[in-house]
Amino acid sequence: MAGSDSPPPCGEELGERIRRAAATKAPLRIVGGGTKAFYGRQVDAEPLNVAGHCGVVSYDPSELVVVARAGTPLAEIEARLGECGQRLAFEPPRLGEASTIGGVVAAGLSGPRRPFSGAVRDCVLGATILDGRGQVLRFGGQVFKNVAGFDAFRLMAGAMGCLGVVLEVSLRVTPAPRREAAVALELASDVARTRVCALMARPTPLSGAFHDGERLHLRLSGGEAGVTALAAELGGEEEPLGYWDAVRDLTHPTLASHEPLWRVSLPQTAPIPPVGDVAAWDWAGSLVWMRSNLAAESVWQSAAGVGGHATLFRGAKAGEEVFQPLAPAMLALHQRLKAALDPAGVLNPGRMYGAL
Amino acid sequence: MLDRFEAKLDGAFGLLDRETLLARLRAVLPGERLIATTEAMRPYESDGLAAYRSLPAAVALPADADEAAAVLQICRELGVPVVARGAGTGLSGGALPFPGSVLLALGKLNRILEIDPVARTARVQPGVRNLAISEAVKHHGLFYAPDPSSQLACSIGGNVAENAGGVHCLKYGLTVHNILKLEALTIEGERLTIGSDALDAPGFDLMALLTGSEGLLAVVTEITVRLLPLPADIQALLVAFSDVRQAGQAVADIIAAGITPAGLEMMDELALTAAEQFAHAGYPLDAKAILICECDGAAGDAEAELAHVAEICRAAGASEVRHAKDEAERARLWAGRKGAFPAMGRIAADYYCIDGTIPRRQLPQVLAKIAELSSEFGLAVANVFHAGDGNLHPLILYDAAAPGELDRAEALGGAILELCVAVGGTITGEHGVGREKINQMCVQFTTAELEAFAAIKAAFDPQGLLNPGKAVPTLARCAEFGAMHVHRGEVAHPELPRF
Repeated sequence: MAGSDSPPPCGEELGERIRRAAATKAPLRIVGGGTKAFYGRQVDAEPLNVAGHCGVVSYDPSELVVVARAGTPLAEIEARLGECGQRLAFEPPRLGEASTIGGVVAAGLSGPRRPFSGAVRDCVLGATILDGRGQVLRFGGQVFKNVAGFDAFRLMAGAMGCLGVVLEVSLRVTPAPRREAAVALELASDVARTRVCALMARPTPLSGAFHDGERLHLRLSGGEAGVTALAAELGGEEEPLGYWDAVRDLTHPTLASHEPLWRVSLPQTAPIPPVGDVAAWDWAGSLVWMRSNLAAESVWQSAAGVGGHATLFRGAKAGEEVFQPLAPAMLALHQRLKAALDPAGVLNPGRMYGAL
Repeated sequence: MLDRFEAKLDGAFGLLDRETLLARLRAVLPGERLIATTEAMRPYESDGLAAYRSLPAAVALPADADEAAAVLQICRELGVPVVARGAGTGLSGGALPFPGSVLLALGKLNRILEIDPVARTARVQPGVRNLAISEAVKHHGLFYAPDPSSQLACSIGGNVAENAGGVHCLKYGLTVHNILKLEALTIEGERLTIGSDALDAPGFDLMALLTGSEGLLAVVTEITVRLLPLPADIQALLVAFSDVRQAGQAVADIIAAGITPAGLEMMDELALTAAEQFAHAGYPLDAKAILICECDGAAGDAEAELAHVAEICRAAGASEVRHAKDEAERARLWAGRKGAFPAMGRIAADYYCIDGTIPRRQLPQVLAKIAELSSEFGLAVANVFHAGDGNLHPLILYDAAAPGELDRAEALGGAILELCVAVGGTITGEHGVGREKINQMCVQFTTAELEAFAAIKAAFDPQGLLNPGKAVPTLARCAEFGAMHVHRGEVAHPELPRF
C-alpha cells in the first residue's frame, strides 16, 4: 500500500445539499475544478462544490488500481502513479491545474491513446455516487473483472453529472511502457489516414497518431525491440515526446480558434465531412477538430451522414445545444434514465441537452 | 432450489391462456420456428448450469430481427415474460426459462454480416460463435480478443449479455472493451442503435450499460466488434511452487514490475493433478501450485518480458521454471488449463464452479480461508484461478446422488462468495449473477443500490418482462434470503483486513 491521505469526508454534507435541493426542486450545478465550465451547455443553478471532497483513498501498484475522491486533482493522482511507474491509460486532457478526477470522469474526454488503450469508461472499475435523492450508492468496485449488477459506474463516465454526483472512483491504471518515441512524417491528411490504418492492421506499438494539417505525428510506446524496429521502418523526423503534451491537453497551436471549434468523431475510414476547415485530427483519424461557422444542424447532419457525430466543443452561445441531437426514442430513454437516478431533476439539468 | 420461481419473490405475471399466446406467436413464427411441445422444449430447459431446469410456455426461434421484434411486441401486449438465449453455455442460469415465459432463442441469427479489415471491425448477428469471428478474420491477420473458455460454442450475443472475459482479458480487456455498436430491441419491439462506428457516441454510454446486463434491459440483434492484429510473437512459461503463498506473491510481483502478461493463470495441487491426469500437459505433480504465464508482442519483446517473469518467479521461490520451447508445448500447457473443468468430472461425480473476484493481494488469506471452509463443510475444493485479474474459480467437488451434498455444495459456494465480498471483491467476475447468485446480490449491494438497479431496468422495461427473477433480486427476495447475511459495515469475516 503506497499510503493513504484522509481529509475529512464531506460526502454527508453534499448529500444533505442534494436532499434539500430535491425537496425544493432547486437545481444544482456540479463544480469540481471549474476547468471544463466551457464544455457542454451552461446550467443556471446554485453551484455544488465537490473539489473539497478530495484525497487518494488507496493506491496499490500491484493491484493496478487507484481509488480517489472526486475532488482529488488529476495532477496529484498522475504524480502518485508516476512515482510507481504507472499511468492512466486514457490520458485525459489536462485543462488546468485545478482539474479534478471527478470532472475527468464526468466529462469522459479521452486523450490521444484512446484508439490504442481505451477510453475513460474502460478504466472505471467502480464509483461511489450521490444520486438525485442524496443517497450514497456504490457501483462496481476495485477489481477489473466484476459483472455483479448493471455497470452503472461506467455510465457515469461522460454523463456530465446528469445521473449522479461522483464522490469516489476506482480507476484501473497501467504500467508505463519500457520505451517511447515520437516521429513526424511529411504526409498529407488523406494519405496519412490510409497509412495509419495500414499500420494499425499490424501488431505495432503505436500509441498516438495525430495530423496537424501538414504533417503526421506518430507516437510509439512498448518494448525496446518493437519500438526500435517500428521507428527504423517509419523514418521521418524524430521529435521530442513532449510534443504530445499539447496534443493531449488540446493546447496545440492549430486548435487555437476565434471561430467555433467542433469535435467530430468519425468511423475509422469515413470521409471527413466538408463542413468546415480541418484544424487537425487525432485518434488515428477518428477524431477531427474543425473550425466552422455553419449552422450546427448542418454540421450534425453531415457528421451523422458518415456514421459519426459532432460536438460544438468551444464557442457555443448560451442556450444553444452543443451535442449531436438524439433521436426521439433515444432522448426519451435518456429522460427516463435520468428520472430513475435523479427523479427531481436537480443534478446538472440541461448540461448535456436542454431537454435532459 | 433456485430453479423454482416464486411469484412473491421473483415477480408476478397474470396467468394467460397458453393457447392464446401460441396462436399469436404462430402468426409471426411459421413452421418450426415456434416450439411448444414439452419433448421439443427439453433441450431449452436449462443452460450451462444444468442443475437448474424449468420449462417455458414456448420457445421462439426468430429468423431475423423483425421476427424477434414481433415476438417482443406480442409478449409486451400480453404481459408475458421473455428470456433471451444465445448458445446456452452460460454458467449462472441466466437463460433458465421462467415458467410461462417465451424463451427467445437467437441461434438462427448466426451470420457474419460484414468484415472490414481496414477499419478492423466486424458486424455480426448475436448467434455467431465467439471463435467463428476470429476464424473468419484470421486470414487478415486479425482476431477478436475476448476468449472465454467456452469460445468454441458460446455466442457473441451471450458474450455481450454477460460481458464475457477469458484467459487473455488482463491484456486485451473484456467484451465491453472490444465492441463498438449494438443494434438492440426494446421490449416494445422498437429498434435502438447503441454506441456507434466511431470511438464514442453522443449521450449516456448506453453501450457500456447494456454490456453485461444479462438480458434485463433489451435484446441485442447485431453487434459491431473491434478486431485486433494477431501478435507477432507469443511465449509461455510454466512455473511450479512448493507453496501456494509463494505463487500468489509471484503474481503480485509480476504485476508490480510493470509487466502485463497476455495470460496469467494459477492452479492448486488438486486442480493441477486432475488436469495432468486428464490432459497430460506435463505439469509437475509434486508442486503445490503452478502458474502459466504468457507474454506476447513484437519479436524480441515477448521473450525479454518472459525472461523478466522467470527471474521474478525464481526470486519468489519457484521450484521449477520451464519455458515452452515450441508452439506444441505452449498448446499443451494451455490444454491442461482449459481442460481443468472436464478433468474434475473424472475425480468427482459432480462439481460446482464458483466465480468470485478478489484483489490480488488477498489471495493467500482467501485460499487459506477456502481450505478452512472446505474442511468445515466436508467437501473438497480445487482452485483454478485467472490470477492476473484476481478472478477465482474454486471448484467444489460433490456427489449429487449423496443425500444433502448438493445443498452443502451450494452453502459452501455461498460462503466463498461472501468471503470474496468481505475482502473487497465481487460475487461474480465473469459468469454473471443469473439465477445462481441472485441471493448473494443482497450481500453485495444495499437496498438503495438494488432500488437504483430496478429503476434503471424500469427505464427500459417498465413492466419488468425481460428476464425476471435474474441478476437483480427484488427487495422481497432479499428480505427473505438476505436476512441470514450481513450487509456492508457489519462484515461476515471481521478478522480480514478492510480497506
